[in-house]
Amino acid sequence: MASRSIRSTRARRRSALLGSTLLLLTATGCSLLGEEDSSGGDDATSPAARGSGEVVLVTHDSFSLPKKLVRDFERESGYTLVHSPAGDGGELTSKLQITEGDPLGDVAFGVDNTFAGSVLDADVFAPYDAELPAGADELVLPGDGEDGERQLTPVDTGNVCVNVDTAWFDQEGIEPPSSLDDLTDPAYQDLFVTSGATTSTPGMAFLLATIGSYGEEWADYWQDLVANGAKVVKGWEDAYYVDFTHAGGDRPIVLSYDTSPAFTVEDGETTTAALLDTCFRQVEYAGVLEGAQNPDGARAVVDWLLSPEVQAELPTSMYVFPVDQEAELPKDWAAFAEQPESTVEVAPEEIAEHRREWLTTWSEITSR
Amino acid sequence: MRRRLALLALAAVPTVVLAVFFVLPVAGMVQRGFFPDGTFDPGAVIEVLGWPRTGRVVWFTVWTAGTATLVALVAGLPAAYVLYRLRFPGRGLVRAALLVPFVLPTVVVGIAIRQLLRPGGPFGFLGLDGTPVAIVAGLAFFNIAVVIRTVGTAWEALDRRPAEAAAALGASPWRVWWTVTVPALRPAVVSAASVVFLFCATGFGVVLTLGGVRYSSVETEIYLLTTGAITGVPELSAAAALSLVQLVSVVVLLAVAARLRRVPDPTVRRVPATPARPRRRDLPAIAATVVVLTAVAAPILALVLSSLRPDGTWSLAAYRALGGSGTDAGNAIGGGVLRVPVTEALENSLRIGLDATWMSLTLGLLVAFVVTRQVRSPGGRRLRALFDGLFMLPLGVSAVTLGFGFLITLDEPPLDLRSSPVLVPIAQALVALPLVIRVLVPVLAGIDDRQRQAAASLGAGPWRVLRTVDLSVLWRPVLAAAGFAFAVSLGEFGATAFLVRPETPTLPVVIFRLIGTPDPANFQVAMAASVVLATVTTIVILAVERLRVPGVGAL
Repeated sequence: MASRSIRSTRARRRSALLGSTLLLLTATGCSLLGEEDSSGGDDATSPAARGSGEVVLVTHDSFSLPKKLVRDFERESGYTLVHSPAGDGGELTSKLQITEGDPLGDVAFGVDNTFAGSVLDADVFAPYDAELPAGADELVLPGDGEDGERQLTPVDTGNVCVNVDTAWFDQEGIEPPSSLDDLTDPAYQDLFVTSGATTSTPGMAFLLATIGSYGEEWADYWQDLVANGAKVVKGWEDAYYVDFTHAGGDRPIVLSYDTSPAFTVEDGETTTAALLDTCFRQVEYAGVLEGAQNPDGARAVVDWLLSPEVQAELPTSMYVFPVDQEAELPKDWAAFAEQPESTVEVAPEEIAEHRREWLTTWSEITSR
Repeated sequence: MRRRLALLALAAVPTVVLAVFFVLPVAGMVQRGFFPDGTFDPGAVIEVLGWPRTGRVVWFTVWTAGTATLVALVAGLPAAYVLYRLRFPGRGLVRAALLVPFVLPTVVVGIAIRQLLRPGGPFGFLGLDGTPVAIVAGLAFFNIAVVIRTVGTAWEALDRRPAEAAAALGASPWRVWWTVTVPALRPAVVSAASVVFLFCATGFGVVLTLGGVRYSSVETEIYLLTTGAITGVPELSAAAALSLVQLVSVVVLLAVAARLRRVPDPTVRRVPATPARPRRRDLPAIAATVVVLTAVAAPILALVLSSLRPDGTWSLAAYRALGGSGTDAGNAIGGGVLRVPVTEALENSLRIGLDATWMSLTLGLLVAFVVTRQVRSPGGRRLRALFDGLFMLPLGVSAVTLGFGFLITLDEPPLDLRSSPVLVPIAQALVALPLVIRVLVPVLAGIDDRQRQAAASLGAGPWRVLRTVDLSVLWRPVLAAAGFAFAVSLGEFGATAFLVRPETPTLPVVIFRLIGTPDPANFQVAMAASVVLATVTTIVILAVERLRVPGVGAL
């Protein structure tokens, strides 16, 4: 409720302002405005020793944590957490960039390693060297913090991997593919569907996986892939729910996540598998925004995202792996979501530098 | 003089709203494009305009939107006749249900259509999946309701007698249609066509979902450029160039439409709507309507099916999960993904929809009123036409431009509205406004001013004139427009997704979120939620259209 009351004072100010220009709109007592006004009462008085005031957390749309965790954070820290989603990962990153210097909030979560390179050079994030849990050190963005001023803190990871419908391959009596190379094998002609690199983050991750694996020859690989009948659709959901055989489509090889097999469990066994040699690891970062109104609160939020409570909640709330190696995983995940031991790597600064050229080439190959 | 001042005052309210919530943000984004580093540098914008790719994208947009508009017109006209001129049981229900495609989130319908078209699907043999034909069909699917409703409303109140007189004088049915009916319907048809074209030209999700990444329209390009999907940084100059292309083409289109819409005498003799019993000669129209309705219903039925048969067995599990609180951690359906139960999101949608409806009706009535008053000077007429066209602009501009524009222009006092809850209904009202105006203007223009003069000379005051002459005719179209506005608001996703607050998500936003999680159980819930959205929409529209005022229609 505390978060409400702080906002309502703002909202009241806003409606007063609006009233001057849009007398009509406010005077008629629109239900939303009315509700906002009626939530009155300012009870956000907190001990001076602790933090206080509003801290605005800007995230992508997939951010979600249980209310209880948020309440605990507010009680313990004294801050009032206001969540402000800003579109998907790409939209979030570009919004942070166009509002540079006049940020949308105090702290941002959700910029990933495919976008981070272009943000690092701009003045979007302020330095903050949060204390990292066990295992998170190796996930720090390469190049970030070399001058002792780290901007981005790793919070979670997820792996984008090629998945196969093992049930379909069993039925057909064909050996499923196991590597990126196999996907250009005529034995798997017209069997693979992926989402586009320009229109979906997993699609971009897959493009990077091929770039990391094949280096300069990645374009040739894609030409072979397209020649072998690979289908490119808009989003992950189009590929997984329309074209993938598990959902009734006609393609048993799909681009998805390493956790996906945990969601296709039937009678104690999963009917799909992730190809662990084809994975690209996405790391999502949090950081204090340059020009934040409440930098202390922003740092507290970054620390909170790394706390054991939040880390343990990440899989169920956001379908990602915590960076904290000691956090416990859900039962089905532990059993069926096998994580790759090593993933394909592409340096963020290289991504930032070549992104345009890669995507242009990729678009040309796939739209032929 | 006083009359002119009163008109200007009436015009001021919608103009201010449009200026603040549309012109300012869009101008802000275009300005960023022209002033990349704070100094005026149109080089980048001009360069983008010269790219061959830009030409291809513009051409693709124009021909898909044009073809889809044509398809929607050809398919929609017979249906408008059957649903608004003939009398048969269930007519109201079908009319209301036709708005369903309009409110369903593109991503959901896109998936439903693709499940029908995919190889191995019921219509897989057509080989349409991922082709431009699928894009055109999808665009027509989403917009056919606009044609049926706009033209139908005008058709419903059309006096039968001129046509009957022509027939009695020996004109063939074809000649009657061409010389009597078509001229009377032309304003409505042109209105519908221009709105549909704009909707199609800015249809973003349809192109990407149904065409795959192979095809890009102006709208998808603007989205990719603005969100930095290609380079990792927003390319505002290139996006501004395309936004300008959009704006210029919209202005040209509106000018052409205004010319085509103009008829020598817009006044229409209105009679109480007396729909006729279907006759033998109506059979071709009825057959065409059945085909159209089937085509519209197929994806929706596919949707219902996939919400009820998650794993090949019938189950209501997805519907039961709708009421469950998504905030419980754990592996329950929707667990932890949503901040509010789906039912609460529906409630938000309905509340916001109500606000958006009265806002767009209020603004729409003001605009329609101003642009249909008698103006004598040519300058005044031109000003009036300009004013009319101004409010069509929101349809032709990308939602992402508007959304990002809000972020960079409404961020300082006195307009610090970035996260204000009123932005959502206002943005939706602006999207619905052109539809509302296009429904109301032909009707208001159709009132013979002599009626008002007669009423006034018989001693009626201005309010009395308004009530007895204007409102009595306007009542039905206002209801039709309200249905439109409400449906637009319920289904609006582009601008809403940018502006909505996380505590009060709308149903389409929640559906989009559910569909994007890697858990198939959430996919079922998203399907069930879409079916609920469709059902609720139908019921609300049906209820709105049932509202009648005693005595209305008996002029």
